[in-house]
Amino acid sequence: MTATLTEAPPTAPAAGEPPRRRGRLTPYWLLLPGILWLIVFFALPMIYQASTSVQTGSLEEGYKVTWHVATYWDALSAYWPQFLRSVAYAAAATVLCLLLGYPLAYLIAFRAGRWRNLIMILVIAPFFTSFLIRTLAWKTILADGGPVVGALNTLHVLDVTSWLGWTAGDRVLATPLAVVCGLTYNFLPFMILPLYTSLERIDGRLHEAAGDLYATPFTTFRKVTFPLSTPGVVSGTLLTFIPATGDYVNADLLGSTDTRMVGNVIQTQFLRVLDYPTAAALSFILMAAILVMVTLYIRKSGTEDLV
Amino acid sequence: MTDDHGGDVRLTGIAKTYGSFTAVHPLDLTVPQGSFFALLGASGCGKTTTLRMIAGLEEPSAGTVRLGDQDVTRLPPYKRPVNTVFQSYALFPHLDVFENVAFGLRRRGIRSVKRQVGEMLDLVQLGEQARKKPHRLSGGQQQRVAVARALINHPKVLLLDEPLGALDLKLRRQMQLELKRIQTEVGITFVHVTHDQEEAMTMADTVAVMNAGRVEQLGTPAGLYENPRTTFVANFLGTSNFIEAGVDGRSGADLVVKAGGGRLTLPADRCGTAPAPGGTILVGVRPEKIALTPAADAGAVPEGRNRITGTIRDASFLGVSTQYVIDSPVCRDFAVYVQNVERDPRLVPGAEVVLHWSPAHTFGLDAAQDAEAGVEEAA
Repeated sequence: MTATLTEAPPTAPAAGEPPRRRGRLTPYWLLLPGILWLIVFFALPMIYQASTSVQTGSLEEGYKVTWHVATYWDALSAYWPQFLRSVAYAAAATVLCLLLGYPLAYLIAFRAGRWRNLIMILVIAPFFTSFLIRTLAWKTILADGGPVVGALNTLHVLDVTSWLGWTAGDRVLATPLAVVCGLTYNFLPFMILPLYTSLERIDGRLHEAAGDLYATPFTTFRKVTFPLSTPGVVSGTLLTFIPATGDYVNADLLGSTDTRMVGNVIQTQFLRVLDYPTAAALSFILMAAILVMVTLYIRKSGTEDLV
Repeated sequence: MTDDHGGDVRLTGIAKTYGSFTAVHPLDLTVPQGSFFALLGASGCGKTTTLRMIAGLEEPSAGTVRLGDQDVTRLPPYKRPVNTVFQSYALFPHLDVFENVAFGLRRRGIRSVKRQVGEMLDLVQLGEQARKKPHRLSGGQQQRVAVARALINHPKVLLLDEPLGALDLKLRRQMQLELKRIQTEVGITFVHVTHDQEEAMTMADTVAVMNAGRVEQLGTPAGLYENPRTTFVANFLGTSNFIEAGVDGRSGADLVVKAGGGRLTLPADRCGTAPAPGGTILVGVRPEKIALTPAADAGAVPEGRNRITGTIRDASFLGVSTQYVIDSPVCRDFAVYVQNVERDPRLVPGAEVVLHWSPAHTFGLDAAQDAEAGVEEAA
């Protein structure tokens, strides 16, 4: 009985019939626009950029591919402080985003009730204004002698941050603190949204089960909620850290020459100094560095094993 | 069972309201130590809310919950010596079977959990699966992990919230026996919430039938089945036939009633409140207690049995038994289940028959209630 049943399928339509073949190609046709887009706007520029990074010459005489790999070494030895600064600022901003974003995402996912949608809109609302304008607004917020700086001064917070080297004297603007604040503010939604998504997916009964099994609310968070939200933590930190490392707008508007990040260097090399090989080499070094850091991070957090 | 009362669950005047909706009306209930107690009812009857109030997951609007001598009404769940097997289990997906089972022990600061967890996994026959994640287990295995995870803490009371609801029928029967075995083995008080009357009757020592936030009746499975006190219980647990009858008088310990020109008798102690002569009563009888005799042989029916006449409308052969639906002047749809021992070829649709049964199998209910109560919920 079973045998006859399992033998039946071969009588199904034979491969090679026209209607089936067209059906089989459909996925590739659907992929085509995306692939073309990637080739034109990602692969080709990358190749062009890679070739630029190993060219020599000048603007007047034109550039030629001479496989001058030493550009990479020269760029790195000239601009390593900016690289380190970028990573440090981005890391600081990521940590701040996590500290600010996690409680908020938790609140939206578990406690907001009917306010949930409103808070979500408030999280996304800043995107309705341009990135530049929002960053410029921080210039006003942190302006010298403004209320924020005044308050921080009165509370002697600035004494501490100056001692740490994060601010300079009575100023917040044009200091590392201002740049990190700007980065944090601008990338916070990219932290909150993935965190919220992964928290919201957690079955509420798991909290009840943990409570039932003698876990205090804090232990429940430590042993159940947080571990189950790690996919959100990982994607949130990546979505914050990666763009923050390459960002130059915040350092440009809120910082000074002492807070230049690698993004600023690349921008200057490309648009002002017009040293295209160095700029391209810096871009590739940045990309490689981020790739290595991200790979190590994902390996370490072991997210592939999570549901 | 022991004389220890440390595992008694005592609910006193416990109630739960959500705004204007009353989920559980003030309720008194005592579950003795070591018993297997079932809360049975249709969805929305308040049985799960009652269970959650014992677990501490729901705060009662009124009343107290006591475990043994301890008032736990205001204790958060993590301080109660009670564990729950949740509906669809709520296993921790990021922990393997071993760590799921060890969770409660670790939270109480017990360091060497290996032996205990091993023993518990052996009890539920999952020793081999210790390092698997829950999602790689079958439904029945997950269910057993949930039981092990709760039982390892040696709670005073184990609460089970529809634990078998997600399993298919065959597995459910198997797990019912398994749970019963475990309960006998560990001797912990089990409070089991279910909407499946068969499940409640197979497993529990005592069943409380709940309806609309109230306990309709409490008793042993056989007691509830043989002597239901309300039409809801009579219909929710199995099937019942009802005849509306006028009370004629008493004859010794029996009550004599009139229905459709005939007389029926039933023991007075099987009527809730025996009404005075002239009042009405619902006379009930279970379908399997009734015998069918073709009208031609009516003389062969022994004296002293309750009898009514009718016409077979429908007969369905079910292998073990045949189910008949009979039109009778006193009741339109009389259900009769006859064991297929010797099948009388004359019992076919259209045949005139005499239905007869022992007065001792008859019960009487207050005629003021809806005879159909609980029919739909049981379906």
